[in-house]
Amino acid sequence: MKDTHENTLKIDSLNHWFGEGETRRHVLQSISMEIFPGEVVLLTGPSGCGKTTLLTLIGALRKVEDGDLRVFGQQLFGANRKTRQNLRKKIGMIFQGHNLLRCLTAEQNVQMGADLLNGFSYKARRNQSREWLRAVGLEDHMSKLPHDLSGGQKQRVAIARALAAKPKLLLADEPTSALDSSTGREIVDLLKKLAFDQACSVLMVTHDPRILDVADRLLRMEDGQLLPSV
Amino acid sequence: MIRKFLENRRIPLAWLLLTRQPLRILVAIAGISFAGILMFMQLGFRDGLFDASVTVHKLFNADLVLISPRSKSSISMSGFPRRRLIQAMAHKDVIGTTAVNWNFLLWRNPENLSTRSILALGFDPTNDLLLDPNFKEKADTLKNKGRVLFDELSRDEFGPVSSWFRSGRIVETEVAGKRVRVSGLVSLGPSFGADGNLITSRETYLDLYSANPPGSIEIGLVRTKKGSNIESIVRSLNASLPNDVRVISLQSFIDFEKNYWKSSTSIGFIFTLGAAMGFVVGCVIVYQILYSDVSDHLPEYATLMAMGYNLRSLIGVVAREGFFLALMGYIPAYVSGQLLYSLVRSSTKLPVEMSFARASIIFCLILFMCMGSAIAAMKKLADADPAEIF
Ligand SMILES: Nc1ncnc2c1ncn2[C@@H]1O[C@H](COP(=O)(O)OP(=O)(O)OP(=O)(O)O)[C@@H](O)[C@H]1O
Ligand SMILES: [Mg+2]
Repeated sequence: MKDTHENTLKIDSLNHWFGEGETRRHVLQSISMEIFPGEVVLLTGPSGCGKTTLLTLIGALRKVEDGDLRVFGQQLFGANRKTRQNLRKKIGMIFQGHNLLRCLTAEQNVQMGADLLNGFSYKARRNQSREWLRAVGLEDHMSKLPHDLSGGQKQRVAIARALAAKPKLLLADEPTSALDSSTGREIVDLLKKLAFDQACSVLMVTHDPRILDVADRLLRMEDGQLLPSV
Repeated sequence: MIRKFLENRRIPLAWLLLTRQPLRILVAIAGISFAGILMFMQLGFRDGLFDASVTVHKLFNADLVLISPRSKSSISMSGFPRRRLIQAMAHKDVIGTTAVNWNFLLWRNPENLSTRSILALGFDPTNDLLLDPNFKEKADTLKNKGRVLFDELSRDEFGPVSSWFRSGRIVETEVAGKRVRVSGLVSLGPSFGADGNLITSRETYLDLYSANPPGSIEIGLVRTKKGSNIESIVRSLNASLPNDVRVISLQSFIDFEKNYWKSSTSIGFIFTLGAAMGFVVGCVIVYQILYSDVSDHLPEYATLMAMGYNLRSLIGVVAREGFFLALMGYIPAYVSGQLLYSLVRSSTKLPVEMSFARASIIFCLILFMCMGSAIAAMKKLADADPAEIF
């Protein structure tokens, strides 16, 4: 048997359905894939093919109904809520919208990520958060509320927040779709660089053809099935 | 301990959620304070009225009290033969007695000449009546006929008697249509039944109230030897005296009066109901605030769950919001309560005090109100589904 810890993510014939009875739809059909540490993998495909669903399953946000899904060697099929909750702390997530907390400043938002770490004092976590904001180029905007930041700046804060919890896997669902193309490009480059520094694997869903070149590997999906890689 | 707490603390999300929405928190604080003030007022009035019903009772220098079994309360005292008090003197532990007449008479306001019912006490000035050590001297002035001691705490409707008297003016007016002169001031306080009080000699009293049956009194005060067993004296006096009189301890006399107001009137019910309404209104307001707060931030709570915060820590956030609201609502309620109490004291002369017991009961009620509402609002957290935020 292969040592599962070698890969960050390993999926074997994963199936998922939505709806009941007549309207029941087979959204993911025996998906199998692997992601290795430090890899940047892009996932593309037409709208409605099941990309987001796959991401929520990997992110332990949804119960696995059928198939084998291991993140950091942890089996998610049949995993209870507590296991899934603990796993989420180790997975960074960046959403289409920035999903920042409106009532917190940029620095406090990032610290919400850092606060998930055990064994660091408040001060240490705060300094880490500031460090991350500097890394995404927002050292002058630390005490601004999301309301006062531009779209690109908000997405940078979201990246800093996701990385502040020191994840080994980063899931991003169309992180550039709300941004103009040059900002989108910057964000993706930044994401790739920071993930590389942290030896963090990235799985990114995107529709944007201009950013496909950042990928180490490209996966295509159609109608709930992964197409053989090119 | 504190160091550890400071090291381990996280971003105070509950506090920031509340304080970054000043309008919402203002409404919440106003609502909670309003509920708190309502409870302070209603319960304060209730306790104050019950305490006020025994202001005079508490001042009597007596260990036992004789009353007629037909007496129901201070506003309907029946008489009994004065002889019973002399018979009570026969008990070996009794060292002194005072016969007291107790009735309402009409007092004429010396300033605007309107009349108003005042509680008049008549007693023999050579006997003891009140615990106040300065009273003896004032009582001596009653040995002249037609003199009364006026209660300076009486309501203002009786006229500016105390200020006139203090300024050295001779205050004369009519009681029950007969001329009297104020020869001194005492501090008793108005009660439920009586807006004002006056004390006079038995002789003057009978002159003012000539309809009083001869030899009949309303209250007999009995003083006993120091350290004697009150209960056993009560029992033996009740056994030896005819049953046209009832012997009770001073404390029972006080309870007897309070119980009348508590059980025979709806005062207790009305004020408790008022306080309960304040509580309910507060609950509704806090619940509304917290519920809409959770609903507004649902995507953010879902994001936190996706990041790895568990449901328990989110419940903790809502619970802390409830706790902060309770604190922030209680403080203005307490302060306003104090202010309103002093306002009530000066305008109604009721003994409404901020007691520690009431202050803590209302704090508990407000805490309960906020935490209960927080728990109800937490149900909404179940709608925060991290799978739906991508
Ligand atoms: N909660 C749900 N309940 C029922 N059906 C759902 C649910 N979420 C998604 N679906 C359906 O599952 C299919 C896959 O949805 P999914 O969101 O994964 O697609 P996607 O590839 O992310 O599309 P897009 O590129 O538009 O974001 C779609 O047909 C969608 O209608
Ligand atoms: Mg999608």
